Amino acid sequence: MDYCPHTNDDITQMQAAIGISSIDELFADIPKKFRLKRMLDIPAALSEQQTITAMSDLARKNKLPQLTLTGAGAYSHFIPAVVGHIIGRAEFYTAYTPYQAEISQGIMQAIYEYQTMIAHLTGTEIANASMYDGASAMAEAAVLCAKMSNRTKIIVARSVHPEYRQVLNTYSWANGYAVVEIAYAASGQIDLNALQNQLDDHVAAVLVQSPNFFGVIEDIAPIADVVHKKGVLLVVGFTDATSLGILQPAGASGADFVVGEGQSFGNPLNYGGPYLGVFAAREKFLRRIPGRLVGATLDKNGQRGFVLTLQTREQHIRREKATSNICSNEALCALAAGVYLAALGKNLKKLAALNVYKTQYLKNKLMRLSGWHEVFAAPVYNEFVLRCPNARQVNEKLQAAGIIGGYELHKDYPELKNTILFCVTEMISKEGMDKVVMILK
Amino acid sequence: MKLIFEISKPGRSAANVTASDVPAISIEEAIDKKYLRSDLDLPEVAEIDLVRHYTNLSRRNFGVDLGFYPLGSCTMKYNPKVNENIAATPGFIGLHPYAPDEFAQGNLQLIYEMQKYLSDIFGMAEFTLQPAAGAHGELTGMMMIKKCFEVKGEKRHLVLIPDAAHGTNPASGALCGFDTVTLRSNSDGGVDIEHLKSLMTEDVAALMLTNPNTLGLFERNIEQVAQIIHGKGGLLYGDGANANAFLGKTRPGDLGFDVIQLNLHKTFSTPHGGGGPGSGPVGVSAKLVDYLPVPRIIKNGQDYNWSDNFPHSIGRVRAFYGNFNVVVKAYAYIRSLGSEGLTRVSEMAVLNANYIKEKLKPYFDLPYDRVCMHECVFSGKRQVAEAGVHTTDIAKRLIDFGYHPPTIYFPLIVPEAIMIEPTETESKETLDTFCEAMIAIAREAKENPQRVKDAPLSTPVSRLDEVLAARKPDVVWKKTG
Repeated sequence: MDYCPHTNDDITQMQAAIGISSIDELFADIPKKFRLKRMLDIPAALSEQQTITAMSDLARKNKLPQLTLTGAGAYSHFIPAVVGHIIGRAEFYTAYTPYQAEISQGIMQAIYEYQTMIAHLTGTEIANASMYDGASAMAEAAVLCAKMSNRTKIIVARSVHPEYRQVLNTYSWANGYAVVEIAYAASGQIDLNALQNQLDDHVAAVLVQSPNFFGVIEDIAPIADVVHKKGVLLVVGFTDATSLGILQPAGASGADFVVGEGQSFGNPLNYGGPYLGVFAAREKFLRRIPGRLVGATLDKNGQRGFVLTLQTREQHIRREKATSNICSNEALCALAAGVYLAALGKNLKKLAALNVYKTQYLKNKLMRLSGWHEVFAAPVYNEFVLRCPNARQVNEKLQAAGIIGGYELHKDYPELKNTILFCVTEMISKEGMDKVVMILK
Repeated sequence: MKLIFEISKPGRSAANVTASDVPAISIEEAIDKKYLRSDLDLPEVAEIDLVRHYTNLSRRNFGVDLGFYPLGSCTMKYNPKVNENIAATPGFIGLHPYAPDEFAQGNLQLIYEMQKYLSDIFGMAEFTLQPAAGAHGELTGMMMIKKCFEVKGEKRHLVLIPDAAHGTNPASGALCGFDTVTLRSNSDGGVDIEHLKSLMTEDVAALMLTNPNTLGLFERNIEQVAQIIHGKGGLLYGDGANANAFLGKTRPGDLGFDVIQLNLHKTFSTPHGGGGPGSGPVGVSAKLVDYLPVPRIIKNGQDYNWSDNFPHSIGRVRAFYGNFNVVVKAYAYIRSLGSEGLTRVSEMAVLNANYIKEKLKPYFDLPYDRVCMHECVFSGKRQVAEAGVHTTDIAKRLIDFGYHPPTIYFPLIVPEAIMIEPTETESKETLDTFCEAMIAIAREAKENPQRVKDAPLSTPVSRLDEVLAARKPDVVWKKTG
């Protein structure tokens, strides 16, 4: 079925008004030789009922696991019902980017509130209205640092999410920047000496993640010291955004930019997207950062209202001189995050603590299995790395029981053979964890 | 309206946390105190207050479900409800992106088939669904063009961009290290062929062309344009923002385009969410297939698998596989419409735009008076000359009549531009009443210009002080007192 309301009579009348006798006349500008003379090679149209059946058949070809012990950049958290109800309001989800402020105050105020919550959570002064995802947010921060400093080298910790580093490589290559990776120390944190040795006058930015890809919490303050002494900018990412409920925010430890994946705040796993790129920064970068920004102002009567502001940074005004080409962002995901954070409030800390308890529980249980060892000694939030006798076998055993196991690190870190990155959130019950341990015994 | 922070009261919460079923430990035991935060200043509100807050905010927002939204170049068509229901089912939202491929065969098949459908609809060799939005797709497309010449060992540092192009085009080109050169439009609204010939050299990597262009006009000389570009070894990039004009009628691949980026949230009816999420698939001709982002899906018999094994790929532009849940909705839309439905989409979209163009022509200047495609561009010059009423005033006054204004002041080559894109999902009655409102405003501009300049008169806030917002930026709320 299609969604065109015209009756045949409507079409006839409209053709008469235009002065044509057939719709084809409207396509006369397309050279004849290029007009498509066959049907499109796609399946035949379906009724609404048939569409639902066809889509359910596809969805059923997926196997939903009983448990997922993988995090690695995407996290399963409980989403309060209010989130779905609010973002399901058509006034929000059927709107475009708020170009007309007077009839877009709803989404703009919600985004202004989101920006405020994100700035607070990250320990910075400002945040934008969102980027595509955590990886592109980090890459755009690196590009911005290079453009601001006229330097061409980006340093990234090897403990940053492998896919984030791949995205960084793509963006850096396109812009002609070099990327240097810094090893991790035995603790799982960045090797500070190695970092120091690489810092020179060509370096625009240092990129780290905390918690990093291994789940390990980085000590940001000394990193910031070393980096800033060389006049370099520090970009700090994070993995699971709920960690911001309990961990010292990177902005408070000296980060210039805090970027990361905000999916954990009220957005489902969705097989990888849509997600939410969080982008926060020190106030002095306000006029340079990429993306939309909502600002408060006054109307003619002195009433508070909201507008898209500092648009001279953006592509539609600056064109080739813009620091980014971003246009559409992830507004509805940001709205979901705002509702989620407003719903939890201070309970975000309780939730983060629950993640820590459960993570420690599974970690301790697994470490008691014969041949299992902790790989990194530094503290973790809700992910941890263990070495086991045979990582592939472990995941296969779990999979046979309908459980998606952990992330096998050797794919990205050949030196970390038979190591698995596990993630535990509030979605995993004690019973589930005990079952996992039973299976692996 | 108060901010969520202004209705916050210590001790309230709208979401409780399940009690721990494992022993609670001391957090400091697990995590050194120096890594822990001391404050957490988030709003504290009860569920009813939270719901009322956001529901009242939603009432201050305008979406397609509330009324006509002819925002040119944005294709604000109706977003079918069934697609929302389908995309929200656990089978599609519940899987982790690193779920083993055998858990995700349904998702993989959907992505694979979507790539096939788009390839046929647009006449391209292959598609990637990884980019998260149209501009992201543009960047991806330009990266592939850069990579292609790099692999061939050709140094081409220029990109040609028509003066009517979207701002994302020059920005995307520049982010790939290209210098951009502006290509003039001719008096007919098309590419100035002589200018193109004079600019096209072996230093030029690509021409970024939107067809139909941002004036809503089909590039009649497209064959010649493609020949000039390809003749010097360049590539033709297509901005697919206006794809709603030609589904089932012609195909960019047949017209000579080497790359085209789409916006599923425009052409394929997925809602735009107040600014996103979108989805920006990119299609390529056979020349560029090797450079597509990884991972790509491989079909072996009945099984689908992700593969990274493409040595010439530009790499990744985003973590995971793109805005998958948006793709689900667009896929369902294509399955619902089929070939005839999609063709009818473009026929009705073009019919509607031409109908508006004819009805408003006597009242507003029409700088390019020829058959348009899916949108038409007027100029508010006459209203400025007659009464000092600007396009922005006309736009604001339309709000009082219950409409979302068209795109204004774009394309830049039309002074006081009013760009109207009705889409195919609007009825004749809606178009008629919209045109009546436009005509009433044109009359009002002459008879009572101040009323138009004071608009909107019906909204919760009147025109906002953008200069103040930029001069004294306030992007994060601060507690006072």
